[in-house]
Amino acid sequence: MTGASLLAVSGLGHAFNGGERVLSDVSFTLGRGEVVSLLGPSGCGKSTVLRLVAGLMDARSGSIVWDGDRPELGFVFQDATLMPWATALDNVALPLRLKGAARAQADRAAADALERVGLADRGDAYPRELSGGMRMRVSIARALIVRPRVLLMDEPFAALDEITRFRLNDDLLALTASEGWSVLFVTHSVYEAVYLSDRVLVMGRMPGRIVSEHAIDLAKPRGAALRAEPGYAGHCRGISTALAATMEAGP
Amino acid sequence: MTRWVLPLLLGLVVLAFWEALVADHQIPRFVLPAPSAIGQALVADFGSLMDSLGYTVRITLLALAAALVSGVVLAIGFAMSRTLELALFPYAVVLQVTPVIAIAPLVLIWVGIDHVERALLIIAWLVAFFPILANMTLGLKSVDRGLVDLFRLYGASRWQRFRRLELPAALPYLLAGTKISGGLALIGAVVAEFVAGSGGSTGLAWRILEAGNRLQTEKMFAALILLAGLGIAIFYALTFLEWLLLHRWHESAVRRR
Repeated sequence: MTGASLLAVSGLGHAFNGGERVLSDVSFTLGRGEVVSLLGPSGCGKSTVLRLVAGLMDARSGSIVWDGDRPELGFVFQDATLMPWATALDNVALPLRLKGAARAQADRAAADALERVGLADRGDAYPRELSGGMRMRVSIARALIVRPRVLLMDEPFAALDEITRFRLNDDLLALTASEGWSVLFVTHSVYEAVYLSDRVLVMGRMPGRIVSEHAIDLAKPRGAALRAEPGYAGHCRGISTALAATMEAGP
Repeated sequence: MTRWVLPLLLGLVVLAFWEALVADHQIPRFVLPAPSAIGQALVADFGSLMDSLGYTVRITLLALAAALVSGVVLAIGFAMSRTLELALFPYAVVLQVTPVIAIAPLVLIWVGIDHVERALLIIAWLVAFFPILANMTLGLKSVDRGLVDLFRLYGASRWQRFRRLELPAALPYLLAGTKISGGLALIGAVVAEFVAGSGGSTGLAWRILEAGNRLQTEKMFAALILLAGLGIAIFYALTFLEWLLLHRWHESAVRRR
């Protein structure tokens, strides 16, 4: 599924204000329609890479080059990051309202986005009235409303129970296929990374760097049956070994 | 039901005991009037007491409104400019920690000779101002960092960030501060009236002073009851406002099953 490269990250380095280096020479590409996972132990700088790519932080060194103008980005955070004082509909409509869309137009688009994530009837609910999985769906709908070409996801399902997580994994794969998104997905779950991705980049830490790259050649569309296949298990085993090696090698 | 009936019953028992105690021991009216005498004073002086209540209510609400506007505006300034906060916050603290009773005579000299009402307002404002400033500043600084990133990602302007993110995020803090300040504004108004004495103020505190000077203790109690009622009314009105604005979304106002 890998298309022409949409994003090229090269020699990316970053340090916090105290001088501690968090990233060193991180290089990778993201193809059109491709799902790439950044996998690594806590504190290896996965989220920092995502924030740098999103333009939420400035890199100390290296380059982030888009093919053409920077495309519309959707960002899904580690927790749902919803405004508790706003309904699901208003939360989803937010990006369009910030871009100056009229309320009626933004609300129509938000209702449509909620329908696509299976929450058509929960537009009037406040975040506290929704389950963790539903909140994450609202967050995905919000990312979806700007019709992004690239979706950046920072451990979005980490806090969810396994059944909800599996269901959202399937929803994400379906949406990615139908919307044609390129996805940069941060996770610390080997199984999730293999299930979702075309490629998995394993990161080491102190400073964060990419230590190995794994192409996932499993057929798409993928479904629950994949989790029982030997090919899936083989990829998981190989990446787990690589991950364990980085953790042993680390400080 | 029990929540209301129990305290009401206790109150009635205490009043009955009080009435009997005064009658049995023939306690002079100027030392401790019976509840019935206080009731009579309340009825007899209803007109003048209501005028005084209206005066105190006006000073209290004006001071609270002034505290709300100034506290919110200054908190926004603090949130936007660290320099402004560093420069002004210590003085706000000084105003807060200096007992208002010690500042009141100065305010009365500076402002109150010609405009006693203005002096009362300033004194009540001084007491009510700080909780709103401190809470609103805290609220504006307690915005979810993820949401700040989200607003940045979608290119929100400073005004959009303030109106759609910072202001609603700070609302629970502001309402908590306002609830404290509501009671403090009343205390400030009463202290100010006491310090002003008979210099033109005609509020409930002045009625208490006046009645005390004439040993009309039952009238003092009547004014005191109205003051307590006013304090309770302000507290519950602000609690209701808090519930109205937060009950759909904020944990503090959500009714538990």
